[in-house]
Amino acid sequence: MSSALDGEPVPPDLFASRRQRLLAGRGGLAASAVSGVVVIGGLAAVFWLAPGGATMRYFFFNPPLMWQSFIGDPAKGFYSVGLGLLTNLWIFAVAEALVLVCGMLLASARLSQSPVLFPFRLLATAYTDVFRGIPILLVIFIIGFGLPELNLGTISSQSPAVYGCAALVISYSAYVAEVYRAGVLSIPHGQLLASRSLGLTHATTMRRVILPQAVRTVIPPLLNDLISLQKDTALVSVLGAIETTRAAQIYGSTVFNFSGYTVAALLFLILTVPMTRFTDHLIARDRARRLAGA
Amino acid sequence: MRDVRKRFKEHEVLTGVSLTLRRHEVVCLIGASGSGKSTLLRCANLLERIDGGDIELFGQSLLDPRVDPDRVRRHIGMVFQSFNLFPHLSVIDNILLGPVHALKRPRADVRAEALELLGRIGLAARAEDYPDRLSGGQQQRVAIVRSLAMHPALLLLDEVTSALDPTLVGEVLDLLTDLARQGTTMLVATHEMGFARDVAHRVAFLESGRVIEEGPAKDVLDHPREAATRTFLERVR
Repeated sequence: MSSALDGEPVPPDLFASRRQRLLAGRGGLAASAVSGVVVIGGLAAVFWLAPGGATMRYFFFNPPLMWQSFIGDPAKGFYSVGLGLLTNLWIFAVAEALVLVCGMLLASARLSQSPVLFPFRLLATAYTDVFRGIPILLVIFIIGFGLPELNLGTISSQSPAVYGCAALVISYSAYVAEVYRAGVLSIPHGQLLASRSLGLTHATTMRRVILPQAVRTVIPPLLNDLISLQKDTALVSVLGAIETTRAAQIYGSTVFNFSGYTVAALLFLILTVPMTRFTDHLIARDRARRLAGA
Repeated sequence: MRDVRKRFKEHEVLTGVSLTLRRHEVVCLIGASGSGKSTLLRCANLLERIDGGDIELFGQSLLDPRVDPDRVRRHIGMVFQSFNLFPHLSVIDNILLGPVHALKRPRADVRAEALELLGRIGLAARAEDYPDRLSGGQQQRVAIVRSLAMHPALLLLDEVTSALDPTLVGEVLDLLTDLARQGTTMLVATHEMGFARDVAHRVAFLESGRVIEEGPAKDVLDHPREAATRTFLERVR
């Protein structure tokens, strides 16, 4: 066989460098443990050792005061941050249901083709343009302070939480309508052709062929919007509805300590993290399925 | 079809096509990609609006404003190059969708009929499977059965074997040959010259959106009169 003496070229070096081997491969677990400790420890150190670290911890992470704000004490003039969350929850639940329905109606109007429905198509397009363009906070102000001024019986005599909920529905319907519409437009044109060539009407095609497929692709982005909606229930506090954030604010100005805000933030995390994890799981599963299909 | 014209923006795809199909007749459309075969088929069942000329079915003009395109399409089946089965429905539900929701026929009746049709193509056992579990050839045969379940007076087939592995082309062409023997009226856009020669009664050669040559299959394919047809056939061989 050949050897170096025959003038064969020396085989090239195929090994990764020591440093590369340290950072990847079998050393990977150790490497990620070390980097984890360094990064997270570093951040914790900044937080702990900053000149104002102790003051900051006193005002935001004060365990007894966090507990006090959580259970509340109306006799001392502040509400329970924990109970306040119930308000956020019902606002979210009602708004979610209405947003999913209104968004679907808006999307159907925008996607309609019949000449008779032209005014609805125009209105739906204008609606989504306008309400995606106005900050939600302003919509809440306009509804919350505007409707009571109308002196319109029931409409003008609702609680701030109801107005806040209505404002969220108005804004989020516009976003969700666009998500639905994108889902419908993502279905291949051949599906529409196949269904229409069977003599199915446009409406039946939508209901039996396009929407069932669109809903599947749309679930992850939809859940993203619902997570935002969950958090944005906090904005309703500007109208004076006593929900978590407002309760934390009142606690803060009564006791001169912001630990109530930390509690509110933790409560929101308890709500949103499971939903974010679930959404990511769905996205990963969807991706796996598409890759398997390809 | 008489002098059918179709333009997309400035580009005129069909520049006056005339074609007549008699009952029980199989006509193959041949021609290069982009010659207008697919567009012609889509115009035939009103999936595309035509810009000139006229289309008649059962001796009645389909351009009459009183005509409901959905009703017309219930009499004209169409099969696509890319199958276009509905991925969210099982094989049997793909077949039932049209008869149940367009023809409003009772589900149980159609189901029995659909299973019988599936049996004929040897796929009765796959009725509850979803389309993505089937091979391309099986999917395309299901798509053909899906149009047959509507009992169409005319079947339009748009290069139905072009997306298939060469090994799967045969099973689809065999099914079409059977249908032709049973007297199904078919307008077939195809690149399969062998199939055209064996099965078609007539062949029409399209180029630049017009019929260059038309006649009995063997005449057009073996003794083309037009130079353009000859050039095309030589390239295909």
